[in-house]
Amino acid sequence: MIFIVVFFPFLLAALLPLLSRLFGRVHAGWLALPAPALLLVYFASLLPKVSGGTPIEASMPWMPSLDIRFDLSVDGLGLLFALLIGGIGVLVTLYSVFYLDRNKEAVTRFYVCLLLFMGAMLGVVLSDHLIALYAFWELTSVSSFLLIAFWHQRPQSRDGAMKSMLITVLGGLSMLAGFLLLYLQTDTFSIRKIIALAPELPGHSLFVPAMLLILLGAFTKSAQFPFHIWLPDAMEAPTPVSAYLHSATMVKAGLYLAARMTPVFAGQAVWYSMLIGAGLITLFYGSFRAFKQTDLKALLAYSTISQLGLIMALIGLGSVHSGSEGGLESMLSAAALAAAILHLVNHAAFKGTLFMAVGIVDHETGTRDIRKLGGLMALMPVTFTISLLGALSMAGVPPFGGYISKELFFASALDAWRHGLPLRTPVVLVPLVAWLGSVFTFAYSLRFILRTFGGRESGRLERRPHEAPAGLLLPPAVLGAAALLLGLAPGLTASPLVAPALASIHPAAAEAEMHFTLWHGLTTEVWMTAGVFALGTGIFFLQRRAALLRDPLPAPVTLNGLYGGVLGGMDRAGRRLTSLYMTGSLRHYTMYLFGFLILALAATAAATGGIAISLKGLAPVTVYEAVILTALIAAAAAVPFARSRLMAIILTGAVGYMVVLFFVVFRAPDLALTQIIVETVSVTLFLLCFYHLPALKRDRESLRFRLPNFIIALGVGAVMTLIALAAFSGRSFESISDYYLKESYRLAGGKNVVNVILVDFRGFDTMLEIVVLGVAAFAIYALIRLRLPQDEPREGADAREKEFRLVYEDVRSNDVILRTLAKVIIFIILTFSLYLLFAGHHEPGGGFIGALMTSSALVLLSMAFGIKTVREAMPVDFRLMAAAGIGVAVLTGVGSIVLGVPFLSHTFGYVDLPVFGKNELATAVIFDLGVYMTVVGITMTIILAIGRDK
Amino acid sequence: MELFMSLAVGILFAVGVYLILSKSLLRIVLGTSLLTHGVHLLLLTMSRLKAGSAPLLGEGAERYTDPLPQALILTSIVISFGVTSLFFVLAYQTYKKLGTDDMEQLRGQEHE
Repeated sequence: MIFIVVFFPFLLAALLPLLSRLFGRVHAGWLALPAPALLLVYFASLLPKVSGGTPIEASMPWMPSLDIRFDLSVDGLGLLFALLIGGIGVLVTLYSVFYLDRNKEAVTRFYVCLLLFMGAMLGVVLSDHLIALYAFWELTSVSSFLLIAFWHQRPQSRDGAMKSMLITVLGGLSMLAGFLLLYLQTDTFSIRKIIALAPELPGHSLFVPAMLLILLGAFTKSAQFPFHIWLPDAMEAPTPVSAYLHSATMVKAGLYLAARMTPVFAGQAVWYSMLIGAGLITLFYGSFRAFKQTDLKALLAYSTISQLGLIMALIGLGSVHSGSEGGLESMLSAAALAAAILHLVNHAAFKGTLFMAVGIVDHETGTRDIRKLGGLMALMPVTFTISLLGALSMAGVPPFGGYISKELFFASALDAWRHGLPLRTPVVLVPLVAWLGSVFTFAYSLRFILRTFGGRESGRLERRPHEAPAGLLLPPAVLGAAALLLGLAPGLTASPLVAPALASIHPAAAEAEMHFTLWHGLTTEVWMTAGVFALGTGIFFLQRRAALLRDPLPAPVTLNGLYGGVLGGMDRAGRRLTSLYMTGSLRHYTMYLFGFLILALAATAAATGGIAISLKGLAPVTVYEAVILTALIAAAAAVPFARSRLMAIILTGAVGYMVVLFFVVFRAPDLALTQIIVETVSVTLFLLCFYHLPALKRDRESLRFRLPNFIIALGVGAVMTLIALAAFSGRSFESISDYYLKESYRLAGGKNVVNVILVDFRGFDTMLEIVVLGVAAFAIYALIRLRLPQDEPREGADAREKEFRLVYEDVRSNDVILRTLAKVIIFIILTFSLYLLFAGHHEPGGGFIGALMTSSALVLLSMAFGIKTVREAMPVDFRLMAAAGIGVAVLTGVGSIVLGVPFLSHTFGYVDLPVFGKNELATAVIFDLGVYMTVVGITMTIILAIGRDK
Repeated sequence: MELFMSLAVGILFAVGVYLILSKSLLRIVLGTSLLTHGVHLLLLTMSRLKAGSAPLLGEGAERYTDPLPQALILTSIVISFGVTSLFFVLAYQTYKKLGTDDMEQLRGQEHE
């Protein structure tokens, strides 16, 4: 059941595009609303049981081989967050329905991302398994990225999204590293088991590194100084997103992590001094910067940073003592943690209210610039009232919730000072900075209210604002009321929510009393609050006069500048590095390839001892072979020295014909037949294509150009020689060839084993091979028809074009002997090619050879009578023929499926024909016919395409 | 014989690679052809040369040569025919359209 609930947001996210198509008239927000509503109701129903101290657990395998599971554990802390996710989720979804116009915005995408975030965040706070927690954690970063970049047309949105992504994912990866280090120490990924092992951990050498890495994750996610810079830029997101992700939930994931890990790291000086230090610096810095902002959302963003720092500092104060030793220290720790949890709830309430109120102001006035706003109190009284509720709670004014948690914060800070926090830095700084931060918090809250709603209208608004519709007002009103209620009736949250949450991270929670009251007498804290009010008001009124309080401080190095510099520097360095080897020169690339080939093969051979050369049982060398070999080597070696193009082509052809002779000598008749035809057709094509290329330049390149080429060529040659030597020297295992030789006739009814392998045993390979050929043919066809845009105006191109035309028109030979003989020879070749096709199963031949033979007859025809004649004599669409051939081959294969045997199974039988006697009929021949048609079609397409080009 | 064949394979590879690394498109295409020949001879040599008669069962011989490399080579010949044709046309069209067959002049632009 719990898994269904936890995965429900994901499920709905997947179905939402479909649903919104089905219910086209409904705003997608209404369709998304069931998810947070279900979460809220379900987790509220778990409240009694979990408050009673029984966590709810469930487990589901995820990657069992790696011992990674979805272990869910709903304890007090997880439940508190789950309720926040569900509760604020409902309000934000409701709010966004009225905020986003479904006719103007991509609302479906918005809600898909929002639901994705909802599920991910829930996973973070409920996972007991560290790897699952990490996965959900990164998923929140991704969904936050998508939501910040919701208006992706705007460059600021994209930049903001990128910044938040880079910083939070950096932290996430660091956190993962920390988790892995913890795993190395404890041999478990379960948080509960790690906590159980916590007392034994501190001595381990990886303990502090793990702690620091996890802290980095928490600090980046919760926007602690100096990683806070992503949060103000994240305000490019639509306001509902800012209210939900960037104030109430996602940015609190870092706090959650710190709180969750507190039982593991509590009592460690590095841990709590980092938390307190980072928290207090962030608290002060954020509140100081917030006071100077002119954009309402930027003000709230810095305020959020500051408040996150406050809670982080409280968690730090609460982890000074692990709590297991009991006594006063334990009490104080518990009190600080309780204050942290309470403030977390308060902050979600008042910051959510304020963000939504700013959204309304933005929506109604078209601006969030504090300098243009003013006097909205009379125009938007309800929005004003709601904002006031939120702002007073934020400022820490009684009787709001914010006041109670701020008093508790002061108390904890004072206790740390009074009871001698074991820190080297002057501990008096703790309450002092806490107090100063609160002064600025009060001041910016005042500024927020008075500059937006107070005073006179600035008259610089583009339109006259009106009160927002009820749908926009209701969600912030509910949250604002909650902010007030949290102060008026603190007991409502204390025992059902805060106490169980505390119990799950602090052992002394049961003894700790929750002093959540508005008044506990004239304590130091009350005087501090009075000072906050007085000094905060003073600072507010001083702002116009003092530049220090108004303008940004001049800084030689800004954090954003640093971020941009590092990013830009990496970009430039990457580009420079890439341009070192990506030179755009094909020669360089092939050099890398061959260089790598040499290194990889030679290194592997040397490392594995794979090169074992045995010269036993070599075949003897006959005179013929020696002659062929010499001719082959001489022809090959002469190619680079050839002066003319024709010579180079002929020499290459000579190499080819020598290879043919080798095929003959080495008992490979099929190969010899195929190669001799291919070689002939190739040389023809070569001459067709290269007749008009410029004269081959003698390789007059410098030695610097040639030497590396030579070395690489020599290296490849040497490595390949070695491989050839090693290859025939021994086999590691029996070849499958014996099977083919034995079974070829019995199973496939063919005596030509090579052909049987091609059409029967490995028929599927052959089928794909002709498809490859087809692709090549169509690529050639497309290439020939290629027309570049710059074709027309070129000067020299015209002349060349004309020259080409002459050649191809004139391929028609005037040789009477050739034309006369051709008429006869062509039919002989064609007949022979058909014989090759059908005899292929038993004798040398087959579809390939037959087709190439047919093609060569047609090439001869076109040479003797011109391509035009061929096209007139054979009005066949060769491209269609190629396709038909592939079709025949595939259908042969499919036919065997119809008969209930695997794809491309062949069968054969014998029939008695009146004249021809006993004949074998095999389906393999039909397959071969397909191959034949394809190859003829393709070869002729290539030749005709080249010839057709004018 | 295998020894000399290995040497021939090495030479075919070396010349082929040397041609591929040159500037002229024509030499590059010819180089790929030589490389293909080298591969074919290598495959053939792998299974020992002249180990029996041609793999035609009608011969009724005692021993046959290995049919598998031959099947592989046959496939390779046909494929390389297609590829070489494509190269021809590519080289031919390159020269016709761009007016050069010098690979160094056909370098791609940096930082595209």
